[in-house]
Amino acid sequence: MRAEPAALDRVFHALADPARRSMLERLSRGPASVSELAQPLAMSLPAVVQHLAVLEESGLVSTEKRGRVRTCQIEAGSLQRAEQWINERRTQWERRLDRLGDYLARQTKQEGKKP
Amino acid sequence: MTERNVTHGTFSLERAYPVPPEQVFAAFATVEGKAAWFEGGEGYTTVERTLDFREGGRERVVGRWADGTVSQFDASYYDVIPNERIVYAYEMRLSRTKISVSLATIEFKAAEQGTRLLLTESGAFLDGYDDAGSREEGTNKLLDQLGESLARVAA
Repeated sequence: MRAEPAALDRVFHALADPARRSMLERLSRGPASVSELAQPLAMSLPAVVQHLAVLEESGLVSTEKRGRVRTCQIEAGSLQRAEQWINERRTQWERRLDRLGDYLARQTKQEGKKP
Repeated sequence: MTERNVTHGTFSLERAYPVPPEQVFAAFATVEGKAAWFEGGEGYTTVERTLDFREGGRERVVGRWADGTVSQFDASYYDVIPNERIVYAYEMRLSRTKISVSLATIEFKAAEQGTRLLLTESGAFLDGYDDAGSREEGTNKLLDQLGESLARVAA
C-alpha cells in the first residue's frame, strides 16, 4: 500500500487518543454501527461521531451507510507500513541491547577475576 | 519503475544495565566495544567496520547475511556528550538499495543500580522495502504496539 508522509501523520494522530484506540479495538473484532461503537464509551453520540471522523480521515476506518444505519469497519492495510517499520527497528534494537547487556556482564566478570 | 513512497515512524526503548554510565558509554565509543554487540547476530558476518567517534565523525558497518544480502550502515555523529548523550543520523542500505534514513538518540542516565539507557529513533522508511515475516501480526497486537510506542513518545 502507498503511504504518504501526511497520511502517516494522520494515522499516528488518530491513534494518539484512548477513545479512538478503544473504538479501533472494537472494530478489530468486526464491523459495528455508530451506536454500537458509542455504547461502551462514556461520551455523547456527537463526540463519538467526531472521533469517527478523525479515524475515517486517517484511513484507519471506513464507513458505509446502509439504509438508516452507518456501519464502520477497520482498514487494517493503512496500519501495516507503520507497524512494519516500528517492528523491524524495535526488534533489531532489542537484540542489540540484549547483546550489549551480555557484553557488559562479560566485562564485569573478567574484571572480577583480575587479582 | 520503483514506486516512490516514504513512511515515518518513531519508537523508544529503555534498558537498565547494572554497570555505571561510563562503562555503557564506552561500549558505544570504541570500535572494539561497539563490535561486541552492534552487529546482526546469528547468520551475520561483519565485512567492514570503521568508527570515528566524535561530533562530526562517521561510522560504517557493512555486513553480509547468510542469504547473501549485504547491509550497510553509514552514520554521522551530531552530538556526543561523554557518559550522557549520543545523537547520530544514519542511512541503511540493503544490497545497495537505500531503505531508510534515521535519527537516533541515546541517553545514559545514572540510576541507583547502574545505568538507564533511553533510545529513541525516528526514521524515514523508503520505497516500501518489504521485510518478509513482519506482516503476520494481528490487528489487535499492532494497535497495542503503536499505542505503546506513542505513549512512550508522549511520556
